[in-house]
Amino acid sequence: MKSLTSRDIAMFIGLVALVILTGMIQSWNVALGIVNMGLISAIMALGVNMQWGYAGLFNVGVMGFVALGGLGAVIVSMPPVGEAWSAGGGRIVAALAIGAAVIAAAVLVWSRMGKGTLRAVLMIALLVAGFFVYRAVFDPAVAAVEAVNPAISGNLGGLNFFPSAANTADFWVLVSWPVGAVLAAGAAWLVGKTALGLRSDYLAIATLGIAEIIIAMMKNEDWLARGVKNVIGVPRPVPYEISLQNDPGFVERVNGFGVDPVTASSIAVKLCYTGLFLAVLLGLLWLAQSALASPWGRMMRAIRDNEVSAEAMGKDVKGRHLQIFILGSAVCGLAGAMMTTLDGQLTPASYQPLRFTFLVWVMVIVGGSGNNFGAVLGGFLIWYLWVMVEPLGQLLIGGITAGMTDGYWLKEHLLESAAHMRLLTMGLILLLVLRFSPRGLIPER
Amino acid sequence: MERSLDLLNALVALANFVIVPAVAYGSQLALGALGVTLIYGILRFSNFAHGDTMAFGAMATILVTWWLQSLGVSLGPLPTALLALPFGIAATALLLLATDRMVYRFYREQKAAPVILVIVSMGIMFIMNGLVRFIIGVDDQRFADGARFLITARDFRDMTGLQEGLAIKATTVLTVVVAVIVVAALFWFLNKTRTGKSMRAFSDNEDLALLSGINPERVVAITWIIVAGLATIAGTLYGLDKSFKPFTYFQLLLPIFAAAIVGGLGNPVGAIAGGFLIAFSEVTITYAWKKIAGYVLPAWEPDGLVQLLSTDYKFAVSFVILIIVLLFRPTGLFRGKSV
Repeated sequence: MKSLTSRDIAMFIGLVALVILTGMIQSWNVALGIVNMGLISAIMALGVNMQWGYAGLFNVGVMGFVALGGLGAVIVSMPPVGEAWSAGGGRIVAALAIGAAVIAAAVLVWSRMGKGTLRAVLMIALLVAGFFVYRAVFDPAVAAVEAVNPAISGNLGGLNFFPSAANTADFWVLVSWPVGAVLAAGAAWLVGKTALGLRSDYLAIATLGIAEIIIAMMKNEDWLARGVKNVIGVPRPVPYEISLQNDPGFVERVNGFGVDPVTASSIAVKLCYTGLFLAVLLGLLWLAQSALASPWGRMMRAIRDNEVSAEAMGKDVKGRHLQIFILGSAVCGLAGAMMTTLDGQLTPASYQPLRFTFLVWVMVIVGGSGNNFGAVLGGFLIWYLWVMVEPLGQLLIGGITAGMTDGYWLKEHLLESAAHMRLLTMGLILLLVLRFSPRGLIPER
Repeated sequence: MERSLDLLNALVALANFVIVPAVAYGSQLALGALGVTLIYGILRFSNFAHGDTMAFGAMATILVTWWLQSLGVSLGPLPTALLALPFGIAATALLLLATDRMVYRFYREQKAAPVILVIVSMGIMFIMNGLVRFIIGVDDQRFADGARFLITARDFRDMTGLQEGLAIKATTVLTVVVAVIVVAALFWFLNKTRTGKSMRAFSDNEDLALLSGINPERVVAITWIIVAGLATIAGTLYGLDKSFKPFTYFQLLLPIFAAAIVGGLGNPVGAIAGGFLIAFSEVTITYAWKKIAGYVLPAWEPDGLVQLLSTDYKFAVSFVILIIVLLFRPTGLFRGKSV
């Protein structure tokens, strides 16, 4: 298992050169912004690559797992809303427990009782009755919680019991990243339990569905994370620009470099994020590489390449699939939590499947499915293109329409639509890579 | 007397808020699911670009409708869009045939795994989505004209003297009538014509069909043309009934796939049944039953809306049905394929 050839390294160097070029031509702020989201995209691609590249599982619910990670970031790092907890927090928790108990009981009835009409009737009766009990406990509690100060909270808040002072870094936030991963893993367990073992496109439809449901839940359950009212001001694990600008030592030092403190502070903050994200990415990459090279990784690829013979060799195909599905989704959740921390806000309406599911797929396919370095390269490169296609498209359209007279309807229309060039471009890139280089930029070795 | 009037009112309210909308929505889903199921039967992959194909077809129809409207052409009480439909279908068929020639055929010749074709269809989805946004933008577009209502709620109340009104939108009736005609024509084609029979033979057993001299490329081309027709009609009817917004078509993908799978992928009858099953479940579960409960059980005064799930969770309904069917009967209600 060779890790990298000189060609691969050259491609990574080329990518770095692209970023440096952007920094020199446009601005370092833009370049670092691309790098930070590029690192997060690389982690998402790593997660999808585990599922698709190692095991051949087709997950098109990446968006849902990313969003759950974001939810995890919010419920861990925001301070709790005491009033809301006393208004109905306990009841909500109780209602959720009832809901879980009902489902567990139904599963128990189904698996323990003998086949027959009685079993079906009992299970359905249990579920229906349980649903009404759950709603009877849940609904008033939600109404009570959402009535508490709806303009600024109206939700239960999070688990950050000792928030740090305003405009200072809060390292508790870092705890939220693994929690986001765990949330995503939990959802993946549920989906995997039901949909794995069916044909590949059924898993695709099931994951597509679960992602939409997760987003619908995040938009509507205001008591949880304020729904479409958004959570803003999520604490950060890095210093704030404003406190850097007020720090005489920092101002003096950057003045020494001849940079104005405002720009320097925002670059410094972005660099802090870059450091954190890079550490996470390198850690994950190391783990993923060692897993792939281990007997476990060989088994995974054996299962992917021929399920029947792997099963004949005594491998638990369904169990391994469930395992890798959960692991990959957890990595996506981790990336989602990191993204919410980077943005400093959770906006459920901004989760679009084209951006968060299908774009990640483009990254994996272009980078090279089955190869972790490929996924990382693809994540970076496609994110770079996603950001850059828009100005380039504007430039292109500007060139095409330059000859037309101002106010001509076609010119106006083309200029307006230039923003949609990126979807076209991404589709084209995906199709071209699939056709002419189906193994991607860094193929599996 | 009073009691029976109450029940009658309840029945009318039920028809107005549940049955009529669900029938219209079900017809649209059924047409969409038929397209998905046909592609699955003949080309053997789940086409993720189907929602965006519907959007493209509807968009082409809308552009022609606008052009016709600007010429002053009108069908009187019927929407002008009906006149524009053939043009929309033709444009969509050309696009689908072109994508088949440029993209899908290569993988067919390679005998690529179905999942690769699904990923390829994702690329097509991106391109079609981009194309639609590029041409018509992301905003709501209205293109319905002609009569708005066959019967309004007020007319119905005046006519019957009941408290509840039954409004039937012209587009609802149109949706159902068009869907029935299209489905009848499709089944006639599949069962009675030589080409249709060759398509079914190809779907049942590809090798045997090839041996008996059926030209696969011709079957595939005809499938794409039929799918273009189904997708354009479904997309246009949905746009007439609600409104045209490119993004909603992508979201239709889930209920459409659920309908096709629940009915049994590859089985046209199943697709229709699945479409109605999904539509009726979605509407009944997200409808607020307070009003009807008030008529049927006047003694019971519920606090809430008596709504099982908020409307925003309608995706959850199709999803849950899908999961239940997959768990207990993976080939669907009507025994589709399970390759």
